[in-house]
Amino acid sequence: MQSTTQSLDTQCRSDFPVLERRVRDDKALVYLDNAATTQKPIQVIDAITDYYKNHNSNIHRAVHALAEESTEAFEVTRSKVAKFLNIEKSEEIIFVKGTTEAINLVAYAWGRDNVQKGDIVVTTEYEHHSNIVPWQLLTQETGAELRYVDIDENGELMLEQLDEHLATGKVKLVAVSHVSNVLGTITDIKKVIKKCKDAGAKILVDGAQAVPHMKVDIGNLGCDFYAFSAHKMLGPTGVGVLWARKELLENMKPYQGGGDMIREVHKQETTWNDLPYKFEAGTPNVADVICFAAAIDYLTKIGMDNVRNHEIELTKYALEKMSKVKGLIIYGPKDAQRQGGVISFNFKDVHPHDVATIIDKNGVAIRSGHHCAQVLMEKLEVAATNRASFYIYTTKQEVDVLIDSLEQVAKVFKL
Amino acid sequence: MSGDPIYTEMIIEYSRNPSNFGKIENPQIHRHDSNPLCGDSIDLYVNVDGTKITDVKFDGKGCAICMACTSVLTEMIQNKTLDEVKNFQKDELLAELGLEHLIKTSPVRIKCALLSLKALKYGIYSYFTEKMNDVKAAGNLKEEAASLY
Repeated sequence: MQSTTQSLDTQCRSDFPVLERRVRDDKALVYLDNAATTQKPIQVIDAITDYYKNHNSNIHRAVHALAEESTEAFEVTRSKVAKFLNIEKSEEIIFVKGTTEAINLVAYAWGRDNVQKGDIVVTTEYEHHSNIVPWQLLTQETGAELRYVDIDENGELMLEQLDEHLATGKVKLVAVSHVSNVLGTITDIKKVIKKCKDAGAKILVDGAQAVPHMKVDIGNLGCDFYAFSAHKMLGPTGVGVLWARKELLENMKPYQGGGDMIREVHKQETTWNDLPYKFEAGTPNVADVICFAAAIDYLTKIGMDNVRNHEIELTKYALEKMSKVKGLIIYGPKDAQRQGGVISFNFKDVHPHDVATIIDKNGVAIRSGHHCAQVLMEKLEVAATNRASFYIYTTKQEVDVLIDSLEQVAKVFKL
Repeated sequence: MSGDPIYTEMIIEYSRNPSNFGKIENPQIHRHDSNPLCGDSIDLYVNVDGTKITDVKFDGKGCAICMACTSVLTEMIQNKTLDEVKNFQKDELLAELGLEHLIKTSPVRIKCALLSLKALKYGIYSYFTEKMNDVKAAGNLKEEAASLY
């Protein structure tokens, strides 16, 4: 990474080998599917190679040199996550395989003991399936009720509905995205957390689309559970983080039983290991957790405020140009300050898969489908949408290629 | 984009004005199917008189490829016997719209093109096995449908 006054994409682009790719009849790859997963810089790729070449070993048990190195590197990542998100106690950080597993862990290990018949769990219309289905399973199993906070025409949460739910006094947990993966809407998370705290409800925040894109200060946020994934922030797939307040984790039963999560095992009973290991049964994803540290280092060096500002600039630029494309409908806030670097859109009466296929010929990778958010698709009364999402290496020229491609779609479909 | 191998005039036209679009109340054959990954979702309705197809309709939401292929399929099987339709091959359907290349070029979009044929094969299978109690006539339709793409 060069450190100059150049734009962020110019500074870091050469660190991403895959961005050199040419696809579909030798077109330069324009990767705009960053909300699904981001590309990896060479620093992260080198870290994983280095681990397997020089250090590979299981962690936490053996006393030999490699095991010590691996254990140390694994725990260094935990400290780096803590520092990155201003978390005081690193034992509150549980490594899981992704946001989905983090949320499921809470639904099982906390939910099964704390949610009963007659209780209410609240989620929202703009959640990913991973923040809906675990709560459906929990409420169906316990006889509790699952309620939703709807969105308004700008794709923002109607918080007065949250007030109504909380006023019943029966809400045990509110599960909400920090940033919507489809609309990009940034939840007024401090306000939501305060409402939950005032009502005595626990709050889980799905930060999969927030932590990669903006400064998140978990230490001062005041929520109870926070989940996110490494692969959406330059890191490897198969690594996620659940953060939860220590007193909650201490009172929760383990999520899985097995090696590493125990203190003593006897024929009929077992005592649990300390936090965080109580929730990390079995050999974890050692290599990927270790190379996740390189992703955190990379983002720390750039600075999360710079990441956010770059995305605001791109989103503003793209929204302005897209609003001029014939027949294009944009969903969500349509305001770069109020949304992440995510824009969902459709053409009037053109299916998103036709859009994606046509623009894929120009090397443009966007996502089309329901984005694991069918509840939201129902609300928008569409089967699917197209979604373009940006990251640190996205350039304005790439947005221009997207716009040109969208003009082609309008032409093919005679809009 | 002139000469686009997928989005021909014919496909765009069918996607805008699908053939046999609508619903048959209490049809003898009804099959719903969807592509969970892309969101195409159709219902296929068929009426038969003995073994001859007398009416075919479909409704639902889908991309241009799905709408065009389903339209063409409904046109092709109208007034055919179930025995004729049973042996209907995917190449015949794709060729009608010049989409044979999708088998090689687009493993994702081939699902859009063949969704209706899959629904049809399953639908006829259920008709033979459940309504006619004729497992023999149903043959390999279920396996064929499952391995279509």
